Amino acid sequence: MVNGISLGSVYALIALGYTMVYGIVKLINFAHGDVLMIGAVAGFFTMSAMGDATPVTLFGAFLVSMLVCAVFGILIEKICYKPLRNAPKINALITAIGVSILLENGAVVLPFIGPQPKAFPTMTDKSHTFLGLTISNVQIIEFAVSIILMIVLTVIINYTKMGKAMRAVSHDTKAALLMGINVNRVISFTFALGAALAAAAGILFSSAYPQVEPYMGIMPGLKAFVAAVLGGIGSVPGAVLGGFVIGIAETLTKGFISSTLADAIVFGILIVILVVKPSGILGKNIREKV
Amino acid sequence: MAVLEAQSISIVFGGLKAVSNFDLKLEKNELVGLIGPNGAGKTTVFNMLTGVYNPTSGNIVFDRNDSGDYKSIVGAKPYQITQMGVARTFQNIRLFKDLTVLDNVKIALHFNVKYNALKAILRTPAFFKEEMELTEKARELLKIFSIQDKENELAKNLPYGEQRKLEIVRALATNPKVLLLDEPAAGMNPQETQDLMHLIKFIRDKFGLTILLIEHDMGLVMGICEKIVVLDYGQTIAVGTPAEISKNPRVIKAYLGEEVDAGA
Amino acid sequence: MGLLKGKIFNASILLIVSFIIFAVLLGLIYTGVINEYYALILTLAGINTIVALGLNLITGFTGQLVLGQAGFMMVGAYTTGIILIRFDVPIFAAIIAGGIVAGIFGLFIGIPTLRLRGDYLAITTLGFGEILRVIINNLDNLTGGASGLKGIPTFTDDYLMKPVYSFIWVFWFCVLAILIVGNLIRSSHGRAIISIREDEIAANSMGINVSFYKMFAFIMSAFLAGVGGGLYALLQQYLDPKSTGFLSSVFFVVYVVFGGLGSITGTVVSTVVLTYMQEVLRFLGSYRLVFFGLLLIVMMIFWPKGLFGTKELSIVKPIRKFLAKVFKLKGFEEDSGPVSKSSVQSGVK
Repeated sequence: MVNGISLGSVYALIALGYTMVYGIVKLINFAHGDVLMIGAVAGFFTMSAMGDATPVTLFGAFLVSMLVCAVFGILIEKICYKPLRNAPKINALITAIGVSILLENGAVVLPFIGPQPKAFPTMTDKSHTFLGLTISNVQIIEFAVSIILMIVLTVIINYTKMGKAMRAVSHDTKAALLMGINVNRVISFTFALGAALAAAAGILFSSAYPQVEPYMGIMPGLKAFVAAVLGGIGSVPGAVLGGFVIGIAETLTKGFISSTLADAIVFGILIVILVVKPSGILGKNIREKV
Repeated sequence: MAVLEAQSISIVFGGLKAVSNFDLKLEKNELVGLIGPNGAGKTTVFNMLTGVYNPTSGNIVFDRNDSGDYKSIVGAKPYQITQMGVARTFQNIRLFKDLTVLDNVKIALHFNVKYNALKAILRTPAFFKEEMELTEKARELLKIFSIQDKENELAKNLPYGEQRKLEIVRALATNPKVLLLDEPAAGMNPQETQDLMHLIKFIRDKFGLTILLIEHDMGLVMGICEKIVVLDYGQTIAVGTPAEISKNPRVIKAYLGEEVDAGA
Repeated sequence: MGLLKGKIFNASILLIVSFIIFAVLLGLIYTGVINEYYALILTLAGINTIVALGLNLITGFTGQLVLGQAGFMMVGAYTTGIILIRFDVPIFAAIIAGGIVAGIFGLFIGIPTLRLRGDYLAITTLGFGEILRVIINNLDNLTGGASGLKGIPTFTDDYLMKPVYSFIWVFWFCVLAILIVGNLIRSSHGRAIISIREDEIAANSMGINVSFYKMFAFIMSAFLAGVGGGLYALLQQYLDPKSTGFLSSVFFVVYVVFGGLGSITGTVVSTVVLTYMQEVLRFLGSYRLVFFGLLLIVMMIFWPKGLFGTKELSIVKPIRKFLAKVFKLKGFEEDSGPVSKSSVQSGVK
């Protein structure tokens, strides 16, 4: 259960990125999981450069990798998605897949990353026991960081000017444009924000399974997508809720049924949601204008 | 003898009542105009009548015969409603842009096609025979609107006015009893509009259609419609002959605003 | 009239052309001019073409992105493989069984997802490929589990003749697949399918049962993938659960996009060329994938219509033109298409 919550908080962070980007540009950013990988790699190098794994270096790693990924997020959007904003949806989706393949295999061929998994530096594992529950310090960090980031995100979305603009664009892009909102800037900002969250998730993820490798983003990315759909794609609280549900479901399956079936269960959940309530738990039914 | 009847239909979008308690009775062979200012809910009415939206409350009845039997079409899918005999055009032109004019019409003829997919794959004589008939039928319809010479052009390359005409041809190809036209003359110049209105009257008589027509421009509708329904803020504010409507103070108010009242 | 005659003539040209291509390639393989390695690539290209044609039907013509085509292919492959290992049935029946089982999988995935708008089909089919691997890994005694399914018989008992026989089977299945998809698309049912890609709402309002035709195209697509898979099982004689994954499916997307979403001949040309390149460039390792990733992005931004767009390469037209020139026949060069112009016009009163 504790494992599930900490894993869920990581999924929630990734799912937030999917949901925000989808809310703004109506695109499933297939490369989102790979941004997570880039974040983990950036974190890995920062920590290696700074020496031992301490709270300070970990903090440094978060800062650097979130910045790097934010820039990456903006670049990906500007170079790959922006030219296709008015193209058929299927073209943008295929481009996103292209970006994903490019990032993964780009990482493989880059000499300083390479295909081999690298051990991610972690702090010495200390377990604490509260009320009969055993919690490791990594899990505490995972949970704490996720919650802090979610609070920050909520503040940004609800109380800043940019957040207001984001909500406006998500609601009606054309109207937002007419109201003088710089839609391009809002989209860039959203991608940056989503990518930064993915970067944080990447570091948390590789602290828990202490390694980094080029394909590490695929599975968490997919599962977080399922989480976003479960919560209702486009809905921020939905993504958080979905993340926790998926994380807990996966951990319980691993613990009580079979570890190999965990992935299948997650996708099974996706099929069930699509049958029962395609708009997700907290999603809204969107009508297409005729 | 109503062909299509809306019985106090309403629809709510996110708490907002877009159309409320709308009533409509289309008698056979009638040409009725549905007018109203921007955002009055005209297209929403169309969308409910054709099954694109389901009304939140109320009933829609199609093809009530003398003995009073009727079919409710609420809940039926758009394609089912079209197959029953209610066809439409779209305000914001929804042609199959990258297909030829001929193919656009043939697609609308599709649901009456008798050969199955297997026969198509095996290219049986029945396939060729029916394909020929389809083409012939499509050409006849295109001829009515004088666009038969452009049958091999892509729909997106047609001038705007002809795209609107093709929309009507396509709807006609589904062999409807009731035809719903959503601003068929939008973007046309006065002469083109005049011609189109005559054409609409012509097809009504030729095919024995019942037509409901949305138009922005009151003057136009006045010319050809026998009955006019005026919608404002989702509610019917007037029903009557063109002469009655043009004198109705509520209609004038809705169209021209308050100050007219003082002047009148 | 002369319409039916024209049809028969067109069909015979196509048949003759396929026979010539077949005879030439077969001769080259038989005599060893095309060695075993290249014959294998050629045969593999044929299989990929069948699978890619299926994908083009649902993605190119119907407009629904599917990211699990390799999954359906592997369902067919495992079905054919298992049947042939356990039972003594004709090869043809086992291949068709592979297609049918894949089609049934398509049905079950299509029911929840095809009624939804948007990208859900892409994600669900992607998930399907991943689940499939887990399932195959867990059904050890049926599928051989993670170590793969071994000992599948091939097209012939004569080991030396395997390249020749494989080529014969795959070539004619490929021709059949082209014929099925081509004839389907150039019919009223095909137009109904294309109208969904063009505008789903308008199609619905024109009396097209959109859900039915989406389902039809999707099942057909899965069926073709399954048939391709069956041939693949017979060719490779070994199946690996890893090949159900996302990456394998993405390759099919690349083939179809490159050839042009909605072009049958485009799919054929691009699949053959890219399958060949993929094999020849294998020494590049991951750089090959970097290249394919870049290719997808660049294509979508600068050349979104692909090699052929929605156009088709015609074999019949140039031949008709040529014959008309040689024999000085008037009006003969005109391809009579699905419906001949003159005969229809005479029918209009």
